[in-house]
Amino acid sequence: MNSINSIWARWRVERKSQIRGFKLIVYTMSRSPLSVIGFSFVLIFFVIALIGPILITYPQDVRGAVHMDQKFKPPSSLHPFGTDEVGRDIYSRVIMGTRISLQIGLLIIFVAMGIGVPVGIIAGYLGGWVNEVLMRITDIFLSVPGLLLALAIVGALGPGIKNAMLALSIVWWPGYVRLVQGKTLSLREESFVEAAKSIGASKFRIIFGHILPNCTSPIIIKASMDMGMAILFAANLGFIGVGAQPPIPEWGAMISTGRNYLMNHWWMATFPGLAILITVLGFNLLGDGLRDVLDPQSRI
Amino acid sequence: MKRYFLKRFLSIIITLIGLSVIVFMVSRVAPGDPAKLAAGPDATEEMVQIIQKEFRLDDPLPVQYISYMRGLLRGDFGRSIRTRHQVQEDIRLFLPATFELVFFSIAFAIAFGILFGILSAVYKDTWIDHGARVFSVTGVAVPMFWLGIMLQLLLAAKFHLLPIGGRLDTMILPPTTITRFFLMDSLITGNWVVFKNALSHIFLPAFVLSFPALASITRINRAEMLEVLHKDFILNERAQGISERLIIAKYALKNALIPTLTMIGLRYGWMLGGTILVETVFDWPGIGNYAVGAAVYSDFQPVMAVTIILGLNFMIANLFVDLGYGVLDPRVRYE
Amino acid sequence: MGPILEIKNLRIEFKTFEGVSHVLDGVDLTLGRGDTLGLVGETGCGKSITAKAILRLLPVPPARVISGEILFEGEDLLKKSEEEMKGVRGRRIAMVFQDPMTFLNPVFTIEEQLADVILAHGEGDGSGPNSRREKITRRQAVERGIELLREVKIPQPELRIKSHPHEFSGGMRQRVLIAMALSRSPQILIADEPTTALDVTIQAQVLKLLGDLVQRHGHSVLLISHDLGVVAKVCKRIAVMYAGSIVENCSTVQLFKRPLHPYTRGLLNSILVFSKREGEAQGIKGMIPDLIHPPSGCRFHPRCSEVMEVCEEEKPLFSEIEGDHWVGCHLYKRG
Repeated sequence: MNSINSIWARWRVERKSQIRGFKLIVYTMSRSPLSVIGFSFVLIFFVIALIGPILITYPQDVRGAVHMDQKFKPPSSLHPFGTDEVGRDIYSRVIMGTRISLQIGLLIIFVAMGIGVPVGIIAGYLGGWVNEVLMRITDIFLSVPGLLLALAIVGALGPGIKNAMLALSIVWWPGYVRLVQGKTLSLREESFVEAAKSIGASKFRIIFGHILPNCTSPIIIKASMDMGMAILFAANLGFIGVGAQPPIPEWGAMISTGRNYLMNHWWMATFPGLAILITVLGFNLLGDGLRDVLDPQSRI
Repeated sequence: MKRYFLKRFLSIIITLIGLSVIVFMVSRVAPGDPAKLAAGPDATEEMVQIIQKEFRLDDPLPVQYISYMRGLLRGDFGRSIRTRHQVQEDIRLFLPATFELVFFSIAFAIAFGILFGILSAVYKDTWIDHGARVFSVTGVAVPMFWLGIMLQLLLAAKFHLLPIGGRLDTMILPPTTITRFFLMDSLITGNWVVFKNALSHIFLPAFVLSFPALASITRINRAEMLEVLHKDFILNERAQGISERLIIAKYALKNALIPTLTMIGLRYGWMLGGTILVETVFDWPGIGNYAVGAAVYSDFQPVMAVTIILGLNFMIANLFVDLGYGVLDPRVRYE
Repeated sequence: MGPILEIKNLRIEFKTFEGVSHVLDGVDLTLGRGDTLGLVGETGCGKSITAKAILRLLPVPPARVISGEILFEGEDLLKKSEEEMKGVRGRRIAMVFQDPMTFLNPVFTIEEQLADVILAHGEGDGSGPNSRREKITRRQAVERGIELLREVKIPQPELRIKSHPHEFSGGMRQRVLIAMALSRSPQILIADEPTTALDVTIQAQVLKLLGDLVQRHGHSVLLISHDLGVVAKVCKRIAVMYAGSIVENCSTVQLFKRPLHPYTRGLLNSILVFSKREGEAQGIKGMIPDLIHPPSGCRFHPRCSEVMEVCEEEKPLFSEIEGDHWVGCHLYKRG
């Protein structure tokens, strides 16, 4: 028992400045009501995604079940969001849609970061023609609006949630390259890098020990805002019909189906849309709050 | 100045070529035999062979790419499986509708975004400001297609204030073709009835398309105005007796517009992408709708073409943005 | 006729997130007609705030005037409406700022900025408050601008007026600011650290220019600086400020010959020693006080070498000790 206490105490002493930095972030963000709202929305989102199966009332409706006698029921106590065209409970489907959106968002962002960040650092650090070539390629990807490129890729590969995620990852990685490359370029000139070089630190060590840690702030900010956007784009593709396919309860696809019955059964399209709105809003506000704390100079 | 233009022009060409390579590679990645796809579901083995020969689908990829590029330079984007027309014909047909829509949307977003941004900054912490800030934060988070559907339901279906979709009522004939922009053409020919009709039809799609851009532009313009109004030169202008109105509308605004311009360029790109959503919701006969129809059908030529065309449009828009910096900020002119 | 500007017992506080800062603690200042008065003090003593307060340029939510009067030609400027102040700023009282890099709008030409200043209120060049108000055209305003640039010794003014601020050197930009301030022949010129951001050689040039202009046109001048040397060159009288109040006010000659207040003596000691090339530089012990929790009684007492018991309890009265030599210190009684 004693040894655990002393390990904990040692960790706290070693990480003193980082703990303080973290406390500062929490303090500053809690001052801004919008950031608190954003953080709450995101927290709720994650919680729902994780414990989804506990919250839903009709688990069988999530994918396959069909209850034609229950179709098109308006919102009620049994079905808070009503039922759809084959009688499925929309509330349960929206809840499970949270989990799907989370998976989609995380995958896209992590793949994008996984490719974009290393490429960005390499380009920024090595400079010269490597930088030129890599940035040119990045520029090409950024020269066309993201949704269009995603459409082109999914159009070629065929509709489906996996292809949609792949397409969106391809759309997203260049943004990280640009961000990280710019930051690396400016960090490269800093005196602490010069100092590290002068005592013989290897490129590897400089990149991982010095440059990368200083990039984390902008990356975190961008990732937070991108989560919302990635989920939105996935819903866009789902709506058009090239993303998640029914009966997967992805919000965009649900709205697409609901559109056909909108006149008389408004609830089918409304609730998934609200879910998207709240989720994206939450991530945006969180990202804004983080940016105000971590990087107050930038605005775009 | 000329050298700058030339450099940028060259840059655009190179980027465009790069884009065409990427798009081409994507198209060739498609699963399934392109010849079979092109031939259609009920083609015989012979027909597939013929198509393979005609489109040189046997040749190695680089050769295929060259012939593809040759075609592009001629303006030949291939043939659409779905409509059975030449893609370039389809595009000529649908492009004006998209541009009319996009033009209206971006004009609306810029004009009102800047205006709301200014008002929000000048009347900081009042209800005007709070309202604008709520709007600017939620506006970016709202799914465009959902907003379109909801507004369609409320304004068109339930209250019959605006039409549900399309560019014109089905009974009305389009105006004489001059620019192919219905609003322009009907104004030029003095066709008031068509003008009103076209206007009522474009309103909702343009509004929905502009929504996120409007929100973003409002937001950044507000932030920039607030930032600039605290600067020393504004203090000096006030001290010298220049009127507050002139300070806001001229001296502060021009400075604030510089970063706002960056956002406008960014948002224009997102708007071009957004056309595929809005045109789908409102049955707007533009190239966005066309591309979606093709993508769902696995008809790749139109999607490629639309991607390249809108990509080029975006690149040109970025060129204009860069020129805009030069106009606004004399400090960059001397680089 | 009376003095042209009289500040009586001005008290101003500033709300900061750490508390309320009592920046001005009863400032008494008199500027005679045609006089040149220097206001000297360390950074943070409140000189700039006093200057801005005269023109009502302080942002009123964080800043608050608690009491006092600012009498200009007998009228209290603090009681005037914003509209009336607009007629004063630049027109009857003008200000020249320091650090010309940030005080000129970077995206507009000098011509534009000068012309707008001249045109503010649509008045002609006028020569003092008695000229009639006439509207002049922009063309005429630009002509006048060129004339002004010539007066401040900017070479080739017709050409240079079309330049932007970043194309000028620091010294030239300062001259432009001076030209702006003098453009409508104000009665009072307030110069807030006009040479602080300049190289020493340029400083001398600009000061000479200021001196010449003042002599020629007969403005009353309030020159603010932390540099005694600068103030001594241009001003006939000097007021020394410390932590929000004036501690000594006398002619320049008297200040150097017979400084009375311990703070003034300390200031002189820290620079005069160099000219003697012997002895050590004598600083004043301690630091400038925290104005959120200022020292009781005389604000200088914690650092004063001649402090007495009463200094901690009571703030000394600012009174005339000898002929036109005012001091605020318990060491001296009215005589």
